Amino acid sequence: MVKIVRTLSPKQTLCWGIASFILPLLVWCAVSYIPWIWHSQVMISNAGGVVYFEPHTRIERDVFDSEVRRMHKAGLAVPQGTPVNPVYLPAPHEVAKALVTAFTTPPAQPGDPWLHQSLWHSIKLVFWAFIISSLIGVPLAILCGFSPVMSKLVEPFVEFFRYLPAPSFGALAVAILGIYDAPKIAIIVIGTLFQQILIIANTTRKIDFALLEAAYTLGASRWQLLRHVVVPGILPDVYRDQRVLLGWAWTYLIVAELIGTSSGITWFITQQARYQNFDNVYAAILMIGIIGLGSDLCLAWLGKRLFRWDRGAKK
Amino acid sequence: MTAQPLSYYQALPEIRARFDHIYQRPVVLRVEHLSKSFRDQGQTKLALKDINLDIHRREFVCVIGPSGCGKSTFSRIIAGLEPYDQGVALVDGEPIEGPCRNRGMVFQGYTLFPWRTVRENVMFGPEMNGMGSRSAGQLANQWLDLIGLEQYADAYPDQLSGGMKQRVAIARALVNEPRLLLMDEPFGALDPHTRQKMQQHLLDIWKNIDITVIFVTHDMDEAILLADRIVVLKANPGEVVEVIEVPVARPRHPDQMFSPEFQAIKQHIDQLVHGAPVTVDEAIDHLPHIPRMTRVEDEVE
Repeated sequence: MVKIVRTLSPKQTLCWGIASFILPLLVWCAVSYIPWIWHSQVMISNAGGVVYFEPHTRIERDVFDSEVRRMHKAGLAVPQGTPVNPVYLPAPHEVAKALVTAFTTPPAQPGDPWLHQSLWHSIKLVFWAFIISSLIGVPLAILCGFSPVMSKLVEPFVEFFRYLPAPSFGALAVAILGIYDAPKIAIIVIGTLFQQILIIANTTRKIDFALLEAAYTLGASRWQLLRHVVVPGILPDVYRDQRVLLGWAWTYLIVAELIGTSSGITWFITQQARYQNFDNVYAAILMIGIIGLGSDLCLAWLGKRLFRWDRGAKK
Repeated sequence: MTAQPLSYYQALPEIRARFDHIYQRPVVLRVEHLSKSFRDQGQTKLALKDINLDIHRREFVCVIGPSGCGKSTFSRIIAGLEPYDQGVALVDGEPIEGPCRNRGMVFQGYTLFPWRTVRENVMFGPEMNGMGSRSAGQLANQWLDLIGLEQYADAYPDQLSGGMKQRVAIARALVNEPRLLLMDEPFGALDPHTRQKMQQHLLDIWKNIDITVIFVTHDMDEAILLADRIVVLKANPGEVVEVIEVPVARPRHPDQMFSPEFQAIKQHIDQLVHGAPVTVDEAIDHLPHIPRMTRVEDEVE
């Protein structure tokens, strides 16, 4: 029978969720392990008669092929090699290995942070930036949603400000706040706060108006209405908004960390890219994804327990 | 207010005596020359025009009328949820200036706070009025006990059926001990069986608790079954056509629906509501003829 809304069992949900990760992984594996799909370069194992070839370097496939033909014609030793992908696309197993070894490999320069230290630094940065943004943004947004005067006083400017790209404040932030963590936090806050105010103000306005009327007839004052009806009523939706906004904060992290002295996971990524350790670069990017998804899953689980009464959260 | 005496009711001296008794009680709600207009697409529309009404303590008054007659607006004005343009509306001699705990309201949409348990919903009023949560909780328990919902005290509203939700909403309004209980089509969303039970339940509550009820409905049977008096409104503009003293003896029971006085009063209201030449929805009076779009031999009637 056709159902308008198909509900999936928890087992099915898990299966499809895993499949959504396995599918891109399969594509990656195919490109990495099946030679005729891409493998646009050749890893030279034996230079043969070609003067400028060096073993253990990569060369474009068409250059290699033409050199093979040239050597063949000249009667010289033919170069040998195996088709490979460019250095910027490591195979899954290399990245998987890098995920482990990146943590166990000491930093190239003594005194530089280990990967876990870089990661922890980034996590702290996002955490504090998001806390600061939320402490200002959430109460202000709820006030805007509740009071038309506040809404008209605050939101037009916020609407304007949110179009200004946060990274463009980089130089200014460094000039004002120095070169260490403060300007980075400021950039993430600028990137998050203004969106946060508008999103949560809109969520606040969506509260069921009939609940406010009912509270009024029960003798609630305007302040009590805000405290005892509006805030608890929108809390699950605000919580969901916050989860989305936390993701935004992470996206501003990479830009923010390039400002002043490069630090955290971004420093690690740029360093490794410089040494062409692209497996480590992918490992670090994956780490951000894993941390992001992991924290979101934790928050979703916590939300279900916090707001048992909310139908939306049960889905 | 044209009080046309109805012949069948003059023959019943005990009914007359009951109303004389009601009218001796103090007036809880006095409405004089109340008018209210809306602005709709640049035009001013009169929603309520010159409403005059006295409601006495412990009276049960139903407000009935076609859709668009302003019966909901009337209850919302009395609740203080909407301002009025002209006239006076006094509760115990005090003019209505916004919502107040002395006028409780029960809405068709239940409007229970979904994040509060049943008990916490009932506690809301006392808490807002400065009672500590312990004594508010005890008070809520008493009312839940009274209304027969004590075993659901810790349930959340979305675990309850429509009828139970409305019982909680009634308890939540009554715990404030209001002078007036306003009910805006409270049973409109319930199935007929639950609805009948709730009507009896409400009568039982009203009988035993010092409360004056204003009950808005569009269901004539419901109005006659519940009310002492029925205020019949007409639409465009919303005006009082007649205030009917219901001559059906109390205590009321659904079986009385088949009694001659019940049928007579129903017919009378029906005439007032639907017999009037003005209807809001004119399209319903001119329904089109549907051309046959099936085969000729494919007959259903």
